[in-house]
Amino acid sequence: MNLFLLSWKYIKDKPLNTFLNVLLMGLGIAIILVLLILNSQLEENLAKNKRGVDLVVGAKGSPLQLILANVYHIDFPTGNIKLDEAKALTRNRQVKSAIPLALGDNYQGFRIVGTNHDYVKLYEGSLASGDLWKYNLECTIGTNVAMQLGLKIGDEFFGAHGLSDTDLDHDEASYKVVGILEPSNSALDNLILTNIESIWQVHAHTAEEGEEEADHDHEPVLGSAYETGLPEGGPDAEITSMLIQFRSAMGAVVMPRMINSDTNMQAASPAFETQRLFSLMGIGVNMIKSFAYIIIVIAGLSIFISLYNALKDRKYDLAIMRSLGASKSKLFVHVIFEGIIITTIGGVLGFVLGHGLVEFLTGLYEKSEAIGISGMVLVKGEFYVLLISIGVGVLASILPAFNAYRTEISKVLAQE
Amino acid sequence: MITIENLNFGYSEKRLLSISHMEIKEKQHLMILGKSGSGKTTLLHILGGLLKPVQGKVLIDDTDLYSLSGTEMDKYRGQNIGLVFQKAHLISALTVKDNLLLAQYFSGIPQDTGRIKEVLNTLNLGEKLNSKVRQLSQGEQQRVTIARALLNKPRVLLADEPTASLDDDNANSVIQLLKEQAENHNASLIIATHDQRVKDAFDLQLNLNEQ
Ligand SMILES: Nc1ncnc2c1ncn2[C@@H]1O[C@H](COP(=O)(O)OP(=O)(O)OP(=O)(O)O)[C@@H](O)[C@H]1O
Ligand SMILES: [Mg+2]
Repeated sequence: MNLFLLSWKYIKDKPLNTFLNVLLMGLGIAIILVLLILNSQLEENLAKNKRGVDLVVGAKGSPLQLILANVYHIDFPTGNIKLDEAKALTRNRQVKSAIPLALGDNYQGFRIVGTNHDYVKLYEGSLASGDLWKYNLECTIGTNVAMQLGLKIGDEFFGAHGLSDTDLDHDEASYKVVGILEPSNSALDNLILTNIESIWQVHAHTAEEGEEEADHDHEPVLGSAYETGLPEGGPDAEITSMLIQFRSAMGAVVMPRMINSDTNMQAASPAFETQRLFSLMGIGVNMIKSFAYIIIVIAGLSIFISLYNALKDRKYDLAIMRSLGASKSKLFVHVIFEGIIITTIGGVLGFVLGHGLVEFLTGLYEKSEAIGISGMVLVKGEFYVLLISIGVGVLASILPAFNAYRTEISKVLAQE
Repeated sequence: MITIENLNFGYSEKRLLSISHMEIKEKQHLMILGKSGSGKTTLLHILGGLLKPVQGKVLIDDTDLYSLSGTEMDKYRGQNIGLVFQKAHLISALTVKDNLLLAQYFSGIPQDTGRIKEVLNTLNLGEKLNSKVRQLSQGEQQRVTIARALLNKPRVLLADEPTASLDDDNANSVIQLLKEQAENHNASLIIATHDQRVKDAFDLQLNLNEQ
């Protein structure tokens, strides 16, 4: 026998009450954990994908949409910009590097992105097998694309117009897989990368059907800028956006204003827009969080009330324990243990529920994998949730414990 | 063995107890008598280290009870004083065994199931080792409290109205049982009672009515 066991036996003696308190505590903790897991993974992944990108330049429209479409690949693009205008921009002294992107097609829901090798370097992507693309219509695919679609090197497929998998196929020109990337936990994992000219070529077929019949089945063409820079194209050539890195902090001051007022293009800062997104989401998150804290407070209160009420019946028990040689502080700890045991079990239940719920939800919602969310990871801050559980236990039981500490043995035992 | 010296006690200004000198020698037992409200329970609590007297000393062997610190006193009580009450105060969330283990744990002596079985057997409770306290009859519960009081081989066994709710036969057999067990364990037995049926069980008597 020891104090912990003694407290445990008291808890076991009133299972219904314990069940209710543990459940309340568990629910509160679970909700907080779900928010914590979602939030921190989202934040981490968003941060990862925007690093190295100071400014995104694209067609006019919603700046948030521009960022979501071109950095995170979740929203639709705002439109296209002229290749010539984009090229003019890269000659600006403030621009250190510019990576062009051409979006618009998908294969089975995975986006086909026309770009150059700098884009892979930006996310520190490395090859698991094969090579990076060089010739038009060659592509290198992300790890999730390879896994989920079962694509191997040498496989060919037809892209579909649009960004969701129900759209029409471009069945004239097929892409050929030449390489597969290692997992990088970034946007690369879910993308199919190719030359910008590949995208043009595929679209040219649909737009000018018949006219370029001669292009079929001839020698593969080496991309004009597969490693770095912008490709060569006609006066009508378009790309979707450019990811720009500045030479100095001055760029951030002058460039966006210049682009937004002097050109037909729009500039948006990923840092600013994601922060705006988070502050919008934050309102909802904070409301749910407050709700969870209210549940935890109710759990604490419920534990307090049951301990406090039980103490009336336990007066004799406590006095007997004293008469058997227990010191005042032992009784104090005995009651505190009871609170802590209940809230800790609640915390553990919440931990299992919270992670289970996130895992269950990610199973239901396929997009969650694309933004890198899983229930089977520990996030920082969970440790504090455990501390909260113990803290609530201590808080709920401290007053009852103090009453136990003050038990007047003689008085209680005389009141037979 | 037990010495009371110059003892004074009152819950308020009004003096309730006053004993200038009293000695209970080894192997002697004491019956504290008196009508209701005369202070029997109060005196028993003072002797048991549960209630500090206003004035005076209580010595058990050579230990001055009330010179001990709070925790020393708790420990001393757990190891040397066995208490039996009118009602069987057992911890109903626990089994018989756990109730007795608790007495060993709190007094700081090693936990020994063998010893527990031994004491339960002498009180014919051997089969109740793993029973929940709630499943026992009143009489059985009373005997478990006696077992608990004797478990740590105390120097003194204090019993407050142990027969008040019992019929004639059982009243006498409980007194006999307490006496027998105290003698087996070499403990001094002190019983407080207003029960006329058992007042003559011991030679040594203290009548609080006469104060
Ligand atoms: N905590 C207390 N505060 C004030 N007065 C008390 C307290 N406990 C007992 N008394 C009073 O002290 C007196 C002695 O009480 P005690 O319980 O010792 O009597 P008793 O002889 O055991 O009586 P009974 O035979 O009814 O059990 C009573 O008048 C009682 O009302
Ligand atoms: Mg009394």
